[in-house]
Amino acid sequence: MTQRLPLIIFALVMAVIPLLPGVPPFWIVLLDNIGLAALVAMGLVLLTGVGGLTSFGQAAFCGFGAYTTAVLTTAYGVSPWLTLPASLLVSGIAAVLLGLVTVRLSGHYLPLGTIAWGIGLFYLFSKLEFLGRNDGISGIPPLSIGAFKMLSPDTIYYAIWVAVLLSALLTMNLLDSRTGRAIRALRRGHVAAEAFGVQTPRAKLLVFIYAAVLAGLSGWLYAHFQRAANPTPFGAQAGIEYLFIAVVGGAGYVWGGVLGAAIVVILKEVLQSYLPYIFGGQSQLETIVFGIMLVLLLQLAPQGVWPWLMSKLPFKPTRKTPDTSVKLEHRERAPGTSPVLLHIEKARKQFGGVLAVNDVSFDVNAREIVALIGPNGAGKSTTFNLITGVLSATGGKIFVQGKEVENAPPQEVVKLGVSRTFQHVKLVPDMTVLENVAIGAHLRGNSGAISSMLRLDRADEAKLLAEAARQIERVGLSDQIDQLAGSLSLGQQRIVEIARALCVDPMLLLLDEPAAGLRHMEKQRLAALLRQLRDGGMSVLLVEHDMGFVMDLADRIVVLDFGTKIAEGTPAAIKRNPDVIKAYLGAAA
Amino acid sequence: MNTTIMLFLLQDGITNGAIYALLGLALVLVFAVTRVILIPQGEFVTYGALSYAMLATGQVPGTARLAVAMGLVAFALDLFFARKALHARLVIRSVALNIAFPTALLGLVYALVGPHTPIAVNIALALLIVAAIGLFLYRIAFQPIAHTSVLVLLIASVGCHLALQGLGLVFFGAEGLRGPALSSAAVTAGPLRFTGQSLAVYGLTVGFIVALWLFFGYTKTGKALRATAVNRLGARLVGIRTTLSGQIAFLLASVIGAISGILIVPITTLYYDTGFLIGLKGFIAAIIGGLVSYPLTAVAAIVVGIVEAFSSFYASNFKEVIVFTLILPVLVLRSLAAPQVEEEKD
Repeated sequence: MTQRLPLIIFALVMAVIPLLPGVPPFWIVLLDNIGLAALVAMGLVLLTGVGGLTSFGQAAFCGFGAYTTAVLTTAYGVSPWLTLPASLLVSGIAAVLLGLVTVRLSGHYLPLGTIAWGIGLFYLFSKLEFLGRNDGISGIPPLSIGAFKMLSPDTIYYAIWVAVLLSALLTMNLLDSRTGRAIRALRRGHVAAEAFGVQTPRAKLLVFIYAAVLAGLSGWLYAHFQRAANPTPFGAQAGIEYLFIAVVGGAGYVWGGVLGAAIVVILKEVLQSYLPYIFGGQSQLETIVFGIMLVLLLQLAPQGVWPWLMSKLPFKPTRKTPDTSVKLEHRERAPGTSPVLLHIEKARKQFGGVLAVNDVSFDVNAREIVALIGPNGAGKSTTFNLITGVLSATGGKIFVQGKEVENAPPQEVVKLGVSRTFQHVKLVPDMTVLENVAIGAHLRGNSGAISSMLRLDRADEAKLLAEAARQIERVGLSDQIDQLAGSLSLGQQRIVEIARALCVDPMLLLLDEPAAGLRHMEKQRLAALLRQLRDGGMSVLLVEHDMGFVMDLADRIVVLDFGTKIAEGTPAAIKRNPDVIKAYLGAAA
Repeated sequence: MNTTIMLFLLQDGITNGAIYALLGLALVLVFAVTRVILIPQGEFVTYGALSYAMLATGQVPGTARLAVAMGLVAFALDLFFARKALHARLVIRSVALNIAFPTALLGLVYALVGPHTPIAVNIALALLIVAAIGLFLYRIAFQPIAHTSVLVLLIASVGCHLALQGLGLVFFGAEGLRGPALSSAAVTAGPLRFTGQSLAVYGLTVGFIVALWLFFGYTKTGKALRATAVNRLGARLVGIRTTLSGQIAFLLASVIGAISGILIVPITTLYYDTGFLIGLKGFIAAIIGGLVSYPLTAVAAIVVGIVEAFSSFYASNFKEVIVFTLILPVLVLRSLAAPQVEEEKD
């Protein structure tokens, strides 16, 4: 309940404002505008700040929402409340169509692509006959409840702010869930998330649709607030403005969207009404000052105003510790009888002219620790990527429990019970250790976006978090459970990755240089943990450069050099193998 | 349709496309070096064009004064950021670049301006003014936040666009302007008439593409810029001054923008806010070129120009819709051909 307290206070304050005597009606109009902008900005927070997908085209989705209700209410006489689902649906469908094309684009293509279709749609709105061309559609009926019509700014105020608060609540619920973690992992590249079964294209499309539906909602409210719709507020300029509302407020934070909307709307209003008094009636002076202030604000607080404000708070919000007594069911295991867990047969990977892995074959048996060693560039990490489906093999076969993995994507490989860590740590630095580790259990939960928003996922969520907490305890990082992953040392981050991999409930654990960056005691503890896992029935395949660590721990060692397997055997045999000595130390002169 | 119309449309499209190509090249250049998506590119176009047009009528454009004002701010920033280690050399260099240069330029403009100033002098003055603005813009708006994310840089870029566009209205007024043609010569080939102006457009575009190619392929500075584009930190570690690279990129972009403006202002009337739309079409070309390839960008720009010319003939109402949605099939192709493993990004 304490977590919801600020929200309830905020809601009460907002509810009281129009009732206070002496509040100028003009303020209410401003607040209405802030609410409308905040809705769009909130979608952008999720899309851009959290998901890392920059969109300039959100204004166009407002347009879809506004025009849908405008056409339906004026031309067909449909009741405004009935057009709400239609407006949301139309924006959502538009988002699916545009999203299928654009969300797969990475980096800078996406923002530029969205500018392009944003402008294209704007011109479409202003040219289509049935949308009233440049003049738009007027005479849209007001929202009404029974005989009560929301005609004035202070009546529709409640509709707008109820929408804002509900959306904020739903958005925060969504972010704090299994789906939310998948979305939050998107910004850091998709390899890590996919290794734990997240369907990243689907997650991207989801946030894209979500943001568009929020924009559509804003457009629907706007149409009934203005009682008219014309193309101007849905153009490129508006799309750009929504984006900087989100960035100014703090693109990663739901309340940053609301704060940003307040800052930008009020700033523009103040500039528009006061600058002419100071400088005479110079035209467009407010845009100049507005542009300059925007640049200035970004230089002072590049992360946005909301996180800057939060860091000034004297107290830190507390986090709930998960109840570790809740049990999570084990992953369903394929009834494998084969003692050979992983069988690699002549795996081959070619990058242009470089043969990174050259017909490598080896096995990993049940309850066995196998080390894959070799000098830098020997193809160890590439072999890992072939096994886990990050790269597709040029040739050869890979079997897990006797079942061939035919270049399956990472999301399928992890379902077979193979989980991994990465040589270059791939955690989400602004998520806590607990949340990062819980991504590992992604496939063991099943709540979707809708149930997360409505908080129907709590039982499922508690199980996932409990499992994550157990694995963190197992690797010995309980003290850091609520710290941000980015704040840990590199060695500890590697251990977090192991905990995340354990959350899969794997049969085979692939560890890429787990001991790098660890101190001596930490290495010993890691070795003990890995032995304990093996004795518990798990197999481990690890790449490691610390020979002392490997020789002590491994049951068997496979040596690669320039992509080719040069030796395989027990640690004792490998130590004496002349080929291995030659590969590491060079031929004796 | 008859051949004459088709040829005419093609010619029109190629002329416009050449301009888009120049702008697309500048956008690619700036993005590659500084990660800034240069929305104010359109303002460089209008500033160049309208400064030139005003100079031609014998007036002093406000942009010359803007350059001086921005120079002062840049100087103040230089002093502020170097306050812990103020060397005489540094201060002298900063004074020379940020104060002496724009002030001298303003003096030169006042001295030379007049209704009978040769066209070449007006062009040179307009180019110098916009070059100074471009340089200072980087120093003031982007250098202090050069390390932040592409998104933040983008928003700053939008802020610059708004401020510069607003200033454009103050300087040039809401009325459109046209400038005198660079040459009144004309060549007739069959049904087509090539004006000296359009020939200048073709010549300069090709010249710039070749020059950029030589610059980036064969000069040390060009290679340093490319290195900065690939890896900022790495470039700094081998001694490349990344701030200098950023300044050079902005300088080049502003000059290219101004040239494009000067090339088109005799053909069409430009308004203070026309640049944005022209710049955006350069964007389309740049996106199709993937923001990395110069030749592809140039080809794409020509295609954009031709599509625009044809669609303004057949469906003039939907001209912009067609041009801006042209990008979608390209994006689809790009996403189908997207690489499997993507670099991790911040």
